Amino acid sequence: MIKRLFITGIVFLAVLGLSVAFPWMRVPLIMALVYGTAALGVVVLLRAGQISFGHAMYMLISGYTVAFLSEAFPGTDGIVLVLAGTGVSLVTGMVLGLFLVRYRGIFFGMLNLAISMVIFTIVTKFYGMTGGSDGMRVPRPSLFGADMDRAGYEATLLIILLILAVVLVFSVQQFFRSSAGEAMASIKTNEDRLEYLGVSAKKLLWQGYAVSAGLCGLAGAFYGLSQGLVTPEAGYWLKSGELVFISILGGSAHAIGVFVAALLFEFVKMYASILVGGSWQLVLGVTLIAIIYFLPDGLTSLLRKKRQTAEVRS
Amino acid sequence: MTALLETRGLSLSFGGIVAADNIDFSLHEGERLAVIGQNGAGKTTFINICTGLIKPDSGSVMFDGKVITARSPRDIVRRGMARSFQIPQLFMEHTVRQCLELSGVARQRKLSLFTNLGKANDGPGVDHILELVGLRERQHELCDSLPEGQRKLLDVAMSLMLRPRLLIMDEPTSGVSTEEKHDLMEILMEALEEQKTTSIFVEHDVDIVKRYASRVAAWISGAVAADGAPDTVLADPTIQREVLGI
Repeated sequence: MIKRLFITGIVFLAVLGLSVAFPWMRVPLIMALVYGTAALGVVVLLRAGQISFGHAMYMLISGYTVAFLSEAFPGTDGIVLVLAGTGVSLVTGMVLGLFLVRYRGIFFGMLNLAISMVIFTIVTKFYGMTGGSDGMRVPRPSLFGADMDRAGYEATLLIILLILAVVLVFSVQQFFRSSAGEAMASIKTNEDRLEYLGVSAKKLLWQGYAVSAGLCGLAGAFYGLSQGLVTPEAGYWLKSGELVFISILGGSAHAIGVFVAALLFEFVKMYASILVGGSWQLVLGVTLIAIIYFLPDGLTSLLRKKRQTAEVRS
Repeated sequence: MTALLETRGLSLSFGGIVAADNIDFSLHEGERLAVIGQNGAGKTTFINICTGLIKPDSGSVMFDGKVITARSPRDIVRRGMARSFQIPQLFMEHTVRQCLELSGVARQRKLSLFTNLGKANDGPGVDHILELVGLRERQHELCDSLPEGQRKLLDVAMSLMLRPRLLIMDEPTSGVSTEEKHDLMEILMEALEEQKTTSIFVEHDVDIVKRYASRVAAWISGAVAADGAPDTVLADPTIQREVLGI
């Protein structure tokens, strides 16, 4: 435990140090943490053997909640906006989950995609309310009651997201190890047996779905606050695809994986855009192929291999 | 005395094939019933109807005096009737111990987001069952790595963790070598005896049936052709010809 806290502290300080030494890195780091949080939601479902191709919709729902509230109630604190956005996404996930957890595999994945595209289209077409494809502005709010300039605002967002990432990794890891989390993971291998133990697999998956929607909502709220703008693109299927990409890259063995993967994703994307211009997707594609080939269970499988090697040696 | 399990006029057809033909059947507390019959005689269908996997076309199933016809497997398990499977149904990415712990928390209905699986369980219960079925040495291994005989044992052990009043075992010795069959049955029967669990087991091996059953029911074409003491049923010429192939 002390070793883990020590490593966490080192990583925490390293990220903060990078953002101080290279201020231009603040935004990519913020976006990596935002995507990591959202991908963590996708990973929760991956544990149960389910994959969603539409989870960016919860980022969109939360982002627009933040935008609507900051327009309707100017001066609302950013933290209140985050709580509201996350809450709306969580409740939406709980309602949609009642229907979606009846399906498995490709049907589950495609139904999420279908619903996300319906929401995307509604947001795009209701121009008068949502600003259509131009989106809605999110004026820079106060954070914990303090008004800040752009640099201070970004630095504070980064610190909040870093603290949140640490809390989420520990909390989600606790969820994975909990009795409900282990039971949810068993849906992946034998759902029928779970029923024959007297456990409702649907209820377990519904709980997991609500958690995943809440995590994506949390990410969506910070996405809106950090970008200062929310557009329908936040919920487009390509964005959902990016979340799946990060989830596969990170793996589902440990919650830390998606944050490492999100950092890798953000920086590979950034440098690929600089180096090969319009072909950055090619670099990302090759990266994913390499990861699937060499580490089919994602980056976190390295942790497992290290543990197994240590066991063999002992 | 009320029967623990009772069926009345249970019928089910798949197209033109009659899988259950007006079955009237009852089982009382403490009995150890062996179900015998050729492949396709309707034994597993009967189990599947009783445990909620299949709905019958007509008729009813009662457990402990209450109608459970077409109830979900989950509901039936919660009422105290568990089952094991011909092909062991395990959680392959979990360890032996975790499978038993999951069964334990399921029985206690203690599934929680905040308590670790190991801590949520009554540890002595898991340790005792591991000891009873001889899997203590392999408790931290993944189920995937177990040989067939031990998978069968774990499958039954998971059901035993539920402390059911009635345990239905579908061919517990199939896929197990002849030498291991008796050892496996000894372990199972000892565990059932200790928990005072009434049991039904589907079996093809006559020696096993003679040794471990207190009653035998023979299935032919979806119906119970003979039902009674092992010596009587196994000596019946029709059963010898149609079921045992003697």
